[in-house]
Amino acid sequence: MTENLTFAYYPGCSAAATNRAYDVSTRSVARAMDIGLEELDDWNCCGASAYVSVDEKRAGVLCARNLALAEKAGKDLTAICSGCFVVLRKTNKHLADDPKFAAAVQKALAAGGMSYTGSVKVRHFLDIVVNDAGEAAVRGRVTRPLAGLKVAPYYGCEVGRPFSEVDDPEEPRMMDDLIRWLGAEAVPFPLKAKCCGGMMMTTQPSIGRRLSGLVLQSARDAGADCIITACPLCQINLEAYQGAISRKLHADCRIGVLYFTQLMGAAFGLDEAQLALKDCITPVESVLSRKGA
Amino acid sequence: MSETEAQNLCHELLEHVRRLPGGKSIDRCIQCGTCTASCPTSGAMRYGPRQTLAALRAGMLDRVLKSNTPWLCTSCYSCTVRCPAKIPFTDVMYELKRLAVKHKLYPRRNTGSAMVRSFAEVVSTYGRNAETALVGKYYLRTNPLNLIGQLPMALKLLAKRRLEFLPHKIKGIDGLRNMLDAVENGEAKQ
Repeated sequence: MTENLTFAYYPGCSAAATNRAYDVSTRSVARAMDIGLEELDDWNCCGASAYVSVDEKRAGVLCARNLALAEKAGKDLTAICSGCFVVLRKTNKHLADDPKFAAAVQKALAAGGMSYTGSVKVRHFLDIVVNDAGEAAVRGRVTRPLAGLKVAPYYGCEVGRPFSEVDDPEEPRMMDDLIRWLGAEAVPFPLKAKCCGGMMMTTQPSIGRRLSGLVLQSARDAGADCIITACPLCQINLEAYQGAISRKLHADCRIGVLYFTQLMGAAFGLDEAQLALKDCITPVESVLSRKGA
Repeated sequence: MSETEAQNLCHELLEHVRRLPGGKSIDRCIQCGTCTASCPTSGAMRYGPRQTLAALRAGMLDRVLKSNTPWLCTSCYSCTVRCPAKIPFTDVMYELKRLAVKHKLYPRRNTGSAMVRSFAEVVSTYGRNAETALVGKYYLRTNPLNLIGQLPMALKLLAKRRLEFLPHKIKGIDGLRNMLDAVENGEAKQ
């Protein structure tokens, strides 16, 4: 049922090193589910939330070049980073809704010998797994059900917002469903769609640590064994500063943090290397082996 | 800044915001404060989102632009999805950031503006973000001594093979630069 699912794949800049595990595990899970991912040839940065804070039209050009490359490849575009997903999707919509903006961006694209007619859809890989491949395809691939594992699904901001056609902006459910399909338990997690602090972890560390800390505490209070995320910035914010956050909030905020694709791969019986579990700073391997199987 | 200059800034912002998708709804703000209550960082802002809209109407936008307010927006879109008047306030914040950068109105040693300017430079140079180049530029702009404080984190990431030293330049960088150069002062060249 998934044989026709082939997408132009946009790994995003952080997949090269900082969040290599997300890229590796995404490719492994896609292969296991017969979802075709063809990396967009010579893709460029989407601009994130930073470039558009300096120059709106140039930021639009960055996204449009990627959309034009996907159009040339004749495929819809899928991103794994929630930031890339929102920026690419938002620009795609802006190009469709605002002729003046579109004309300026087209003119710039032409200066580099490219063009874009607006035929590409931008999708989050999580949306494809849950809504295109679906429950039967996921359940059918599970060989090691994660029975007894309590998972906190962390959506952060940009899976459900501002485009609530993908998931509910306040109460998203895609990862909750996915966790159950893998045989694990999705814990009620009040802060699942609150902000991790994003770039504040670098620019305003005190605010960033507090916001990430509240999310970690919420997951621990819910009795979760681990957190899963669908965004590389959320992953590193939640995972890499747990010592400093625990000291700041005077509370133990340690908990394993992995990508939803790593959790899927574990339930699919894929090995450590295919999921790059050793890239995680938190001890996710022991969490997964203690429970699952 | 003179009162006239401040008024001109308000005019410029309103004009830009009204051109954004859904931007005309800015005139329908009822000052209910849902935005400020939903914002994860409003407690640390000099002027919260609701006050920012009030300041805009009162022609006092220069105060907001010179404050930390725009640079504490994490772009989480909570205000945007909850606003009963459907004002895309996250996009108003982006417009504030762009105006502050354009007119160099950000506070001295402001970290948020240093980050976005460093990011745009790295991406314009390589076509992709490169974390080490970005962090280097950012700390040189803000406080180079803080780079030392980043060492433990760098070592932690290095041990996990999560640190990239050499920036990756895309093959089509010349074409991309031509595209970016074809946009002048935020407007396409005629």
